Amino acid sequence: MNRDHEMFSLPARVLHWLMAAMILTMLFVGAGMVATVSDKHTWLLALHKPLGIAILALAVLRLLLRLARKPPPLPADMAPLQRFAALASHWLLYALMFALPLVGWAMLSAGGYPVSLGAGVQLPPIAPFDASVFATLRWLHRALAYLLFATVLMHLGAALYHGLIRRDGVLRSMTWRGRAREVATADSQTRPVVPGD
Amino acid sequence: MPPPDPIDTARSASSPPPKPLGRWALIAFAVSALAAAFGYVAGPLDPNRLTPKQVVDTLQNNGGLHPGYRRNHAKGVCVIGRFDSNGQAAAYSKAALFAPGATPVVGRFALPGGNPYAPDGGVPIRSFALRFTQADGQQWRTGMNSMPVFPVATPQAFFEQLQAGAPDPATGKPDPAKQKAFFAAHPETAAFRAWAKDRKPSASYATEAYYGLNAFYFVDAGGARHAVRWRVMPDNGAAAAPLSAQDHDVLARELDQRLASGPLRWRLLVTLAAAGDPTDDATRVWPADRKEIDAGTVVIERAQSQDAGECRDINYDPLILPDGIAGSDDPLLPARSAAYADSYRRRTSEQARAGGRPPQETPR
Repeated sequence: MNRDHEMFSLPARVLHWLMAAMILTMLFVGAGMVATVSDKHTWLLALHKPLGIAILALAVLRLLLRLARKPPPLPADMAPLQRFAALASHWLLYALMFALPLVGWAMLSAGGYPVSLGAGVQLPPIAPFDASVFATLRWLHRALAYLLFATVLMHLGAALYHGLIRRDGVLRSMTWRGRAREVATADSQTRPVVPGD
Repeated sequence: MPPPDPIDTARSASSPPPKPLGRWALIAFAVSALAAAFGYVAGPLDPNRLTPKQVVDTLQNNGGLHPGYRRNHAKGVCVIGRFDSNGQAAAYSKAALFAPGATPVVGRFALPGGNPYAPDGGVPIRSFALRFTQADGQQWRTGMNSMPVFPVATPQAFFEQLQAGAPDPATGKPDPAKQKAFFAAHPETAAFRAWAKDRKPSASYATEAYYGLNAFYFVDAGGARHAVRWRVMPDNGAAAAPLSAQDHDVLARELDQRLASGPLRWRLLVTLAAAGDPTDDATRVWPADRKEIDAGTVVIERAQSQDAGECRDINYDPLILPDGIAGSDDPLLPARSAAYADSYRRRTSEQARAGGRPPQETPR
C-alpha cells in the first residue's frame, strides 16, 4: 500500500524545494510590490522580473524531468476523490508555473513596457502594444497568482496531512531522508532495525 | 542509528497517529500562518501602510471619476518628435540615447489634476512627459513639471496634501482652511509656494520650462555614478499674455498652430550635483553654480489628440530608465512609480471595457 521504496529522483527533489522557495518568494514579492509606495516597490519590482523568468526556465526543466522519470505512485489505499485532488492539484501547479511568468511577460509587452531583467538585459515583447490586452492580462496575472497561492496552501496542507496524519510515505518521497532508512522503517514492523542499517 | 522519526514514518495508514488533534492543529497552524503572512505583505493586515491604492483613490476623489483617463494630469495632448543628442552627456551616462544622434520621442503635455475637462487657465502648472526609445528597445521615461521644486518631499506628505485638497461636499471646492492648515504644518512647501505666488497660467505649452524635479544618477561607462537633475528649457520665443481662469481648450489649439509653422525645441540641460547636495528632497533646488551639461535638443514635430494618439497608453513612470540612468534615494520616485502603475491598471481596464477607447463623457 505504501511507496516507501520509491523516492522522487534527487534532481526532482532539488528542483522541487528550490522552486518551492522561489515561487513562495515570488508570490510575496508580487503581493508586496503593488501594495506599497515605499522604495520596496522599486527593488521588489526589480527582483520580480528576473525571478519570474528563472522560474519559467526551471519549470521547463522540471516538466522535462517529470516526463522522463515517472514519479512514485500514490498509495494504493487513497480514496478516489483524494487521488483525483492530488493529481489535479499537481497539474494545476505545473500549469501555473508556466502561465504566471508567461502572462506577466505578455502583460508587460502589451503595456508597452520594456521587459528589462536589469543591467540592460532585455527580453523581446511577446504580445502587441495594446491597452485592452494589457488590462486583461494584468487582471489575469493577479487572478492566477491568487489561484497559485491557494493551490500552494492546499499542497502544503495535503503534504502535512500525508506526513502527520496518514504517515504513508508521500511526504518522505520528496524529502532528503535516505531510501535505506525508509526501507528500514517500513520493515521494522516485521524485523528489528539492525545497527548500521 | 537514532530511533525512527514519528513524523511520516511509513506504517499502515489505518493505524491512528498518536495525538491526532495536535497534529491537525499543527497543519492548520502552518497553513494559516502562511496565509496570514501573505495577507500582511499584500496589505490588508497592515492598516498603517500607505498604499498606491490610497493615493490613487484620493486623486480620483479630488478630480472626479473619469473612466479611461489618467487619475492625475488627465487633460493633455500627445506629441511626437525626437531627441537630437550632441554627445556631451555621454561622458556621464552610458545610455545609448546620449551618444550623438537622434532618438525617437513620444511625449505628452498636460495639466495637473484628474479632470480631463478642466479649464486650461485654472492652474498655473503645466507638465511635459517624454518617452525616449533607444534602438536596442530600452526606454527612458520622464514626467516633468513647470515648477523647479515639488511642494513636498515624501509620499506621506503628498498624500496629506491631496487629502487637504479634497473637495468640500458643500461647495465642491477644496476647503481653504484645510489647505492653510496643511501648508502651516509643512514648512518644506515654502519654496514651492514662493514660486507659485505670482505664477500665472501660461498661454502656451511651448514657452514653458519643465523640470524633472527628482534626482537621479547618471552611470558612466566606467560604472561611476553622478547625481543629476534635468530640465528642458524652451527655445520657442517669448511667452504670450497669460490665460484667465475660465479659458478652455486653448493650449492644444495653440500648440497645433505653432506646429503648423514648424517644430518646437527645448534644450535638455543636466545639472550635476556637488558632494552633499540633497538627492532625496525634491523641495530643494541645488545651488545655481553647479556644473551643467547641455545634452541636446528635444524637437517636437507634431501633435495628436490624447484620446487616440500614441501617448494615450503610455505610463510615464519615472523609474523606467535605460542602462546608464538610475533612480536616486528620493522617496517620491518609488511612490510615483507605484501610483502610476495603479492608475494605469485602472484606466486601461476601463478603456478595455469601453471597447478600446476612453469612454465618451459630456464635459461639465
